[in-house]
Amino acid sequence: MLEIKNLYAAINGNEILKGINLKVNAGELHAIMGPNGSGKSTLAHVLAGRDTYDVTEGELIYNGKNLLEMQPEERAREGIFLAFQYPVEIPGVSNTYFLKAALNSIRKHRGLEEFDAVEFLLHMKQKMKLVEIDQDLLNRPVNEGFSGGEKKRNEIFQMAVLEPKLAILDETDSGLDIDALRIVADGVNKLKRPDNATIVVTHYQRLLNYIVPDFVHVLADGQIVKSGGKELAQELEVRGYDWVR
Amino acid sequence: MNQSFENIKQYIEQFEAFEKTLNGESKTPFHEIRRGAIEQFSKLGFPTAKDEEWRFTNIQPIIKTKFKTHFNKKIEAVRKEQIEKVIIKGIAETRLVFINGYYSDEYSINNITNKDIKVGCLSETLQNNFKLIRDNIAHISKYDKNVFTSLNTSFIHDGAFIFVPDDTTIEEPIYIVYISSEDQTPFITHPRNLIIVGQHSKVSVVEHFVHLSDNIYFNNAVTEIAAGENSIIEHTKLQSESAKAYHIGTTYIHQSKGSKVTQNSIMIGGAIVRNNIISILEDEGIECTLNGLSLATGQQLIDNHTTIDHSKPHCASHELYKAILDGKSKGVFNGKIYVRKDAQKTDAKQTNKTLLLSDEAAMDTKPQLEIFADDVKCTHGAAIGYIDADALFYLRSRGISEEIARDLLTYAFADDIIEKLCCEQIREYLHRILHSRLKQGRELEKL
Ligand SMILES: Nc1ncnc2c1ncn2[C@@H]1O[C@H](COP(=O)(O)OP(=O)(O)O)[C@@H](O)[C@H]1O
Ligand SMILES: [Mg+2]
Repeated sequence: MLEIKNLYAAINGNEILKGINLKVNAGELHAIMGPNGSGKSTLAHVLAGRDTYDVTEGELIYNGKNLLEMQPEERAREGIFLAFQYPVEIPGVSNTYFLKAALNSIRKHRGLEEFDAVEFLLHMKQKMKLVEIDQDLLNRPVNEGFSGGEKKRNEIFQMAVLEPKLAILDETDSGLDIDALRIVADGVNKLKRPDNATIVVTHYQRLLNYIVPDFVHVLADGQIVKSGGKELAQELEVRGYDWVR
Repeated sequence: MNQSFENIKQYIEQFEAFEKTLNGESKTPFHEIRRGAIEQFSKLGFPTAKDEEWRFTNIQPIIKTKFKTHFNKKIEAVRKEQIEKVIIKGIAETRLVFINGYYSDEYSINNITNKDIKVGCLSETLQNNFKLIRDNIAHISKYDKNVFTSLNTSFIHDGAFIFVPDDTTIEEPIYIVYISSEDQTPFITHPRNLIIVGQHSKVSVVEHFVHLSDNIYFNNAVTEIAAGENSIIEHTKLQSESAKAYHIGTTYIHQSKGSKVTQNSIMIGGAIVRNNIISILEDEGIECTLNGLSLATGQQLIDNHTTIDHSKPHCASHELYKAILDGKSKGVFNGKIYVRKDAQKTDAKQTNKTLLLSDEAAMDTKPQLEIFADDVKCTHGAAIGYIDADALFYLRSRGISEEIARDLLTYAFADDIIEKLCCEQIREYLHRILHSRLKQGRELEKL
């Protein structure tokens, strides 16, 4: 589904990603772990198409297409979804309105009939149950005044509504209490399908008690320094990041 | 003969011609108000770029234009369909229509049954309500050394007159429409509105400036609002002049004890626009809310100057002015807040936010707080910027196109003010205008 080949990326001339190689197949769940500042969010944003990062070398192939030539919205319509580490507050744009615009642009791109107000509402209702989010939150402007946990839950809700093929969750677990963590993890597990893939970016192994990865990669200083199965996460928990550096 | 005299000469001549049309009225004490004003006008003269109050706003094109004027009530034929096109429908039971500065009985509607409420035009009510008008007109404005106000006062002849007695609530807004349609161009009018609201009364007034043709004309407008004790007033000025028009207007608000006044200034038309709001908070327990939204594009210049004068304790003022500037347009905001020595426990908040949609648009903003009391809470903030890059990326990362995302954010920026307006029809009207101005407006409308 996704192939990252020798990816180098820089911001304001500072090289942050220094030759990343990674292959993600449909049905797989990958965890990317690593200390603060190692480049995890950079990688996530580069995948989503943020233009503040310059890709200086390498390739991103997604379902046979060159991702680097695609605008962020095209990537989203092709099924890429980034759950932000720091979801953005958008005053004046209601969650529902925003999600309807997003979903319909994706559906249109996929040759599906756009949802009308009623169809959209039904779709929302169904997904709301899945991630246990309040209606009240959805009527409010996107993320505005949301608590940290509410923002994270809203990211997972958006993921549920938009039904991506490749979801990248950037530290969706950080700042969550145990209950919220379980709900978020539940959401991810329920949304898992043989034809989609998930990359979970995390700092702690805590989330991986609830979401069981097929592969774990350790990112340090812009490079994947170690890859393995789910045991690697537990080993990291015990031995700390210094072990891999 | 010097330049400045040349510029005011046409108005002095117009005044003499105007006086002749007044016949007997020119002997009345009321006319003394006009005489005093034209004298003040010629003393003040027009401002220059050196004048601090006009530093960012070049009004030379206005000053140099020779405007035509007319003082008889002859209104050229304006068809009903033309009017229907430009006015906001369903907004009010009571509507005062002025065409080129003159009241049109034909197109106005008055459905107010309470005989103590007076809603009409100044020209006709002047005789019957002489004392009421004389005691209130030019009451606050005369202290303002504003040459355009003096000019307006010199030519007072028509405008809206609204009197709401004590303990009276008018549910529906009163809708005042100024339609500019003159084919003879350029021409000038001096609309003058007087709104007097009694104690414990409540009313909402909408002033709407529209045009039928894309002409050069100059609306030099003045509105005076006297808010009685504990009255609640919403006043909305919706300026949608022709792209070639000049609009200079001042709204004077005099607030008595416990009154709550909300003034909304929506500026979307005009070539050169200056909107002044002057609020005098003369007693305790007053609330004053000023909302502003300017939408400019092309070569438009929209200048908003506000003054809030706190003179007594325990008053609050909240001010939020926003501007969206596209093309080579220019915006100006100057917000003065005076907190006098006695005005302890004042709570004043001023915010000015500008969204630039083009590299060539520019904004000059200047908060001006003068605080002479020590136990007060006064804050101000100004922000000028482009569309937020993080928000834009967030929306795009969900599949929304860049163009729609930009328009969504622009719309939301403006809607922050629009949603504060009480009248649903005006909100809808403004939403339609926003949609029509945004590139992806039709797409947005579908959402
Ligand atoms: N705008 C920026 N300008 C310069 N350096 C940046 C910028 N954003 C992030 N960085 C740097 O890039 C590195 C990687 O950051 P990030 O990808 O956010 O790491 P992580 O998500 O793993 O904590 C850090 O050293 C950080 O300081
Ligand atoms: Mg990060």
